[in-house]
Amino acid sequence: MQQKNSINRRAFLKLSSFTSAALTIGFYFPALAEESTILTAATAEDLGIVLNAFISIDKSGKVNIINHRAEMGQGAFQAVPQMIAEELEVSLDKVSIAFGPGHQTKYGGSQITGGSSTVRGAYKHLLRTGATAREMLVEAAAKKWGVPATECYALDGKVIHRPTNKKLVYGELVEEAAKLTPPKQVALKERKNYTIIGKPLPRQDTPPKVNGKAEFGLDKKLPGMLYAVVERCPYFLGKVKTYNDSVVKTMPGVKHVFKVQMPVFDTLREGIAIVADNTWSAMQARKALQVEWDTTGFEHLDTAALYNRMKEDLRKPGLSQRTGGNFDATYDKAAKKLEAIYETPYEAHACMEPLNCVADVKDDQITVWGPIQGPDWIQRDLAERFKMPMENITVHMTFLGGGFGRKAFTDYTTEAVLISKEIKAPVQVVWTREDDMTQGPFRPGAVYECKAGISDNGRITAFQTKMAAQNMDHQWPHADKSNFNGSTTEGLPEVFINGLDHYSFSDIPTESPIPVMWWRSVYASTNGFAYESFMDELAHAAKLDPLDFHRLQLRDERAEALMQMLEEKTGWRTREKNSGWGMAITECFKSMVGEAVKVSKQPDGKLKIDRIVAVMDCGWYVNPDIIRAQVEGSIVMALGAATTHETHFTDGKAVETNFHQYHMPRIMDVPDIEVYIMENEEKPGGVGEPGLPPFAPALCNAIFDLTGKRIRKLPFNMNEV
Amino acid sequence: MASYKLSINGAMHAVEADPKMPLLWVLRDLLNMTGTKYGCGMSQCGACTVHLNGNAIRSCSMPVSAVGNQKITTIEGISSDNTNAVQQAWIAEQVPQCGYCQSGQIMSAVALLKRNPNPTDRDIDLAMQGNICRCGTYPRIRKAIHKAAAMLKQPPAKSF
Repeated sequence: MQQKNSINRRAFLKLSSFTSAALTIGFYFPALAEESTILTAATAEDLGIVLNAFISIDKSGKVNIINHRAEMGQGAFQAVPQMIAEELEVSLDKVSIAFGPGHQTKYGGSQITGGSSTVRGAYKHLLRTGATAREMLVEAAAKKWGVPATECYALDGKVIHRPTNKKLVYGELVEEAAKLTPPKQVALKERKNYTIIGKPLPRQDTPPKVNGKAEFGLDKKLPGMLYAVVERCPYFLGKVKTYNDSVVKTMPGVKHVFKVQMPVFDTLREGIAIVADNTWSAMQARKALQVEWDTTGFEHLDTAALYNRMKEDLRKPGLSQRTGGNFDATYDKAAKKLEAIYETPYEAHACMEPLNCVADVKDDQITVWGPIQGPDWIQRDLAERFKMPMENITVHMTFLGGGFGRKAFTDYTTEAVLISKEIKAPVQVVWTREDDMTQGPFRPGAVYECKAGISDNGRITAFQTKMAAQNMDHQWPHADKSNFNGSTTEGLPEVFINGLDHYSFSDIPTESPIPVMWWRSVYASTNGFAYESFMDELAHAAKLDPLDFHRLQLRDERAEALMQMLEEKTGWRTREKNSGWGMAITECFKSMVGEAVKVSKQPDGKLKIDRIVAVMDCGWYVNPDIIRAQVEGSIVMALGAATTHETHFTDGKAVETNFHQYHMPRIMDVPDIEVYIMENEEKPGGVGEPGLPPFAPALCNAIFDLTGKRIRKLPFNMNEV
Repeated sequence: MASYKLSINGAMHAVEADPKMPLLWVLRDLLNMTGTKYGCGMSQCGACTVHLNGNAIRSCSMPVSAVGNQKITTIEGISSDNTNAVQQAWIAEQVPQCGYCQSGQIMSAVALLKRNPNPTDRDIDLAMQGNICRCGTYPRIRKAIHKAAAMLKQPPAKSF
């Protein structure tokens, strides 16, 4: 159950060494246990347990937190300290935070930052950890004074003896407290007593992000580090036939040229690595390299053929996911029937920081640094691929210049390790923007077929959706392709599905060599457009106001409260007929979001977005300003995928190579965004992704309201509607 | 290879570089000044924005041989302790999310406010349209530029 080995112990000591003579506690998960156990550093050391050294209070009263999650803009660097500081009763300026290296056995099993899970996945453990430290400090003070602990309380970094008003600051108590056994039960603060949680406190990572000091993956430098770029085959399954490096090898700064194979799911992507003493020299040499690619033996598909195939796939029965009642029979006799087809595009993640990774391979040690969403996964992946014990692999997270799902993958780290191993030196592998944009994995494109029957009173009596798209789970080696992964219901509010008597949701996995991958809000990012556009079409078919129509289908108090807020903040009831308003509601990662958009025509006939209103219900929350920022960002990303960019394929390769072809929203495309947050006592839901899916349908529904033109295919050009 | 003496943030730096090497990579790889970011390499995204004699330019497309004795300012030269009004406004409005594009955004904003102390929304949109932010911080950038403009009109504050 507990791990006893010297290497683990060394790793722990390394973690805790920066806080000698301190109270260091953290949580770990005993094998098979659902609840975490909180231990002090001393006890963990005696037991040889690799403790998640989560918080450490030193003699000056300074609190250090090892952050277990990546910081890619979503605010883990702020949310985690806010939770700890609240229960620990210290002001936030006493708390500093650092990245924790990837470690498979700590941090509750998974460190991967995805699924909008940083707060909702760990909040209980974080609050308990803070509260446990607080109670131990109180107990230490009570012992020193020889008084009952019940007479003492903690406030602002001090323990106070209530009857005498005697005070001891935390720094004076840490040594005593570190000798105590953490209490098994601790009382958590009530929400009404919060002074830090729930407040829009400024982020700790903002100051280094406005003066160039924040270290991203691409900024990492090691002594003796070389720089590599890889001439990558533009075809997804192409191989190197021959290459001529005679010119390249004579170019200034060039050190090595060799073939490299990067594993992507169950395929190997081939390329020629060029290692030089700076990035630009490597890039220049790459231009001079001559490679002949073997492009036989795989399908040279293009976008049109791919979407035709998806449309054909819709005729197949597909894999049934969720069915109930009898859709066909109920649909046949419905008072009103409607069906529609929707299409959504392939997309690149296009993080502003292109992929990169620094690797340093030495005899029996692998160390990597990079913009990494899943450090523990990378550690495990490298251990398996290079047949080394996990303990010999260290994965360091830098700040991430965007992630959105792309930097949760393992291809780019493996490649960097392969190159460092070959050249026996530390190396930074830099993906050019063109590499980053054309190599994938991409968000899969999808075609949807939606059908529904409505009763005379506007209730949906039968509802069916089919999605034809590449299935992300099917790409892994030995994937069970008969297993369904819940793709087609993502984005639909659970209360909506629960209200249906006759329904069927299924997907038809489309086969294609294009690598696909999670993209902010995953399947919900495209499902939301299809389903909420269809809901609007159904509302019009039922001759009901779209919000009223939603009310008939989403029948519970929590959804009703959200719809009331949306109604109130938009002035929905007093809007003029055909004034260009549209709305949509989706749910993913346990948060429901309603968004409304108002559009108008400018004198030149072009469409303009006048207002964007979002209402987020993520339950219990930590920092409202981070939530607002995440919803704003989700909406801008959704706007791009709806109106300005997509990735096409021709002859088996991606067409859009850089921002001159993959047009991102610019500042003038984005008006102010109003974000409102629901106040309730529900469990915390995700924040980083759920704001994305409702935007595209709300926008398209608004355009329908204004112009009568129904948009069923994304992206579309706002200037040409 | 050739020798260059570059004036960067008020100090002279000597480098040996290929004349065609863009200023971006001279800053990042030869001088270890990594605040200036690589984003696209073709003047499309603005992540590499620096000032040449006070004007915002894309360093990814400026060969080092073309710099001559013009004065280069990078994000590191705006202030290292966040005392510049634009940096303060960026903090006040909590602009950055991932933060990667923000060096370039701030360089464009500083250059804008130097030539136009009272920018309208339209002026801001035009001056900032070359800077992409994938996190979608645009509405906050607009607010922060207005805030910085107001701060610059106040007598120098006892800065925080």
